[in-house]
Amino acid sequence: MEAIILQVLNGLDKGSAYALIALGLTLIFGTLGVVNFAHGALFMIGAFCAVTLSRILTWSRTVIDETQTDFLGNPLKVEVPYVYDWFGQQTGDTIIDWAVPLSILFAIPVMMVIGVVMERGLIKHFYKRPHADQILVTFGLAIVLQEIIKYFYGANPIPTPAPAAFTGSFDFGAMLGFDPNLIIYPYWRIIYFAFAALIIGSVFAFLQFTTFGMVVRAGMADRETVQLLGINIDRRFTTMFGIAAAVAGLAGVMYTPINSPNYHMGMDFLVLSFVVVVVGGMGSLPGAVLAGFVLGVLESFASMGAVLEVLPGLNQIIIFLVAIIILLTRPRGLMGRKGVMEE
Amino acid sequence: MLGLEQKDFRLLVIVAILTMAAPFILNPFPESSGLAQFNAGYPDLMQRFVIFGIFAIGFNILFGLTGYLSFGHAAFLGVGSYGAMWMMKLVTLNVVPAILMGVVVAGIFAVLVGYVSLRRSGIYFSILTLAFAQMSYALAYSVLTPITGGETGLQIKPTDTPLFSDIPEGEIGRANLFGMDMRAGFDLAVGDWLFTFNAGYYIAAVFMLIAFYLSIRIFRSPFGTMLRAVKSNQTRMYYTGLNARPYTLAAFVISGMYAGLAGGLLVAMDTQAGPERMFWTASGEVVLMTILGGVGTLIGPVLGAGAIKYMENILSKINKDILHEWFAILPDGFEDFLVAIVYPFVGKGWHLTLGIIFMAVVIFLPGGLVEGGQRIARLFGRKKASDDETTQGKTTPAE
Repeated sequence: MEAIILQVLNGLDKGSAYALIALGLTLIFGTLGVVNFAHGALFMIGAFCAVTLSRILTWSRTVIDETQTDFLGNPLKVEVPYVYDWFGQQTGDTIIDWAVPLSILFAIPVMMVIGVVMERGLIKHFYKRPHADQILVTFGLAIVLQEIIKYFYGANPIPTPAPAAFTGSFDFGAMLGFDPNLIIYPYWRIIYFAFAALIIGSVFAFLQFTTFGMVVRAGMADRETVQLLGINIDRRFTTMFGIAAAVAGLAGVMYTPINSPNYHMGMDFLVLSFVVVVVGGMGSLPGAVLAGFVLGVLESFASMGAVLEVLPGLNQIIIFLVAIIILLTRPRGLMGRKGVMEE
Repeated sequence: MLGLEQKDFRLLVIVAILTMAAPFILNPFPESSGLAQFNAGYPDLMQRFVIFGIFAIGFNILFGLTGYLSFGHAAFLGVGSYGAMWMMKLVTLNVVPAILMGVVVAGIFAVLVGYVSLRRSGIYFSILTLAFAQMSYALAYSVLTPITGGETGLQIKPTDTPLFSDIPEGEIGRANLFGMDMRAGFDLAVGDWLFTFNAGYYIAAVFMLIAFYLSIRIFRSPFGTMLRAVKSNQTRMYYTGLNARPYTLAAFVISGMYAGLAGGLLVAMDTQAGPERMFWTASGEVVLMTILGGVGTLIGPVLGAGAIKYMENILSKINKDILHEWFAILPDGFEDFLVAIVYPFVGKGWHLTLGIIFMAVVIFLPGGLVEGGQRIARLFGRKKASDDETTQGKTTPAE
């Protein structure tokens, strides 16, 4: 029992990342009808937003500290972040410590701008071209974005820790009445899951309960009629692209403490996220979220020692295996709508 | 000639002459000049040109004719090279059986994958092939280690004793063609130029010409027309009473066998096989090659493969010092400025150049380099253009 709970929990954080990326991909596909292979790159850029903000916050000047000396008796040079000058040492330290959560505020506008620029500058011209062309041009864009990040940040992973308050683990088992130390779960992963749930919830609420969201849903269902009613649907779809980019970016920001960001993390996630989208059903938002969590949890079950003894290597292929089975038995995916991308 | 129309035959002859004279053509700069680093006429790189040319020609038969975009084609190359490697380790060091083995193994694998994947089309097909390729990669890396050698891959070891090759005790066997070492060759020094003729390259080039000839035959055959019909309108094909599935499966298997041939040749040249050849970036690379050269054209994939391999090997070698040397005549500040601008695009950043060129091609030149060539040709008057039509006539896109 406790092993099962532990695996479900372990699957949730990866599943959250899959679900968030797949949600963004589906938003773009459902509104604009574009298959965006650069979405993984947006996730990666989000993660590097966190890196950038923590670099800005720790941006320092060097001062000579007379009170400290090295072993030769010379005064020591000390790096003093500018944040200290503005907020005092204690508040400054707290700010630096909380760099990753603060990056959320930083990443939202940045990612929205990147998304809108991408849509207006490039993807706009590809609505009428075949899906293959869209895949290819966004694939090229993903390479370019990845290489730009590599040029500025180098090829090595950059550790970006979570705030000290969240570094520990949480004894989940004790709370549920199991023996202590059986089910231990890092705080940050709980936060990540809660955060993902929040984002997913707000995207759905935004689409369901606002006028803007209503128009977007109408546009997804029948674009031409909405245009005939005199609504500038293109501009709203552009905004949705920005929102989708921001969702991917936020998924990346919050993922940095779990996995140190490197320039190819986007591509690694993209391949899996596409599988997730297809399993969930092209164009279905709940399908994408559901498939993300299901596949995340399945992956974590497949990497249990007991399973690996029977079927070695299952953890490596489980997602693809499930995808193949689903696509062959339920061609539209778990919750795919009729008539979407069915050739 | 050879069952080809005149202009097809002319194209084949031109390609044959170019590949045979490649050691000369690719080494245009004298050894001592500063431009010698742009010479691509060394055996390793020339082999890669033709082998990846074969890979891209095969991919083009599937993608260019039927429009099915496979994102997992490298799996066949990888499987083919494992097959060829085991043939060398167990049976004989002669390359011909190894290469045939690679083709056969990849063909069988392609039948399995194709039978399942071709039930779906469009992006679903891309994802299915990608899923199969990633699965093969993951399995080759982990569970199948006894067969694939895992991370280190397979090499010929001193302990290997192939049945039909007698290797002196304790020596590592070399790949050969009926006794001729793949690495054999001779250098020809003409003045300041050094031309290398390598046995391995010529064997690969012959295979490439055969593959190219077969692809022309396929493009011009009724079978090729059927494949184009699949691309342009599958529903209409069904209504005329034709089942598209056998045709697409045949195209898929043929293109998988081409990939297997490329894999077998890679093994014949460097006698090693590893899982990284199956990673999805390798599949992406062949897509890039085909698009860059020109989808659905005969010569396009070969050009694309050449262009990308050239960039990978030549562009990536340019470092800061070389750039400073080039711009040395300029004033100091301006020199540093130019170096700073150019540097991100060369050396380790060559992927950036590749990505930008690729995007530009997809946006502005959907027909790839071949279409670019045709457009330039069209600029030069009417007569010239009609001349080019005959030499490059084969390059009309499939649609």
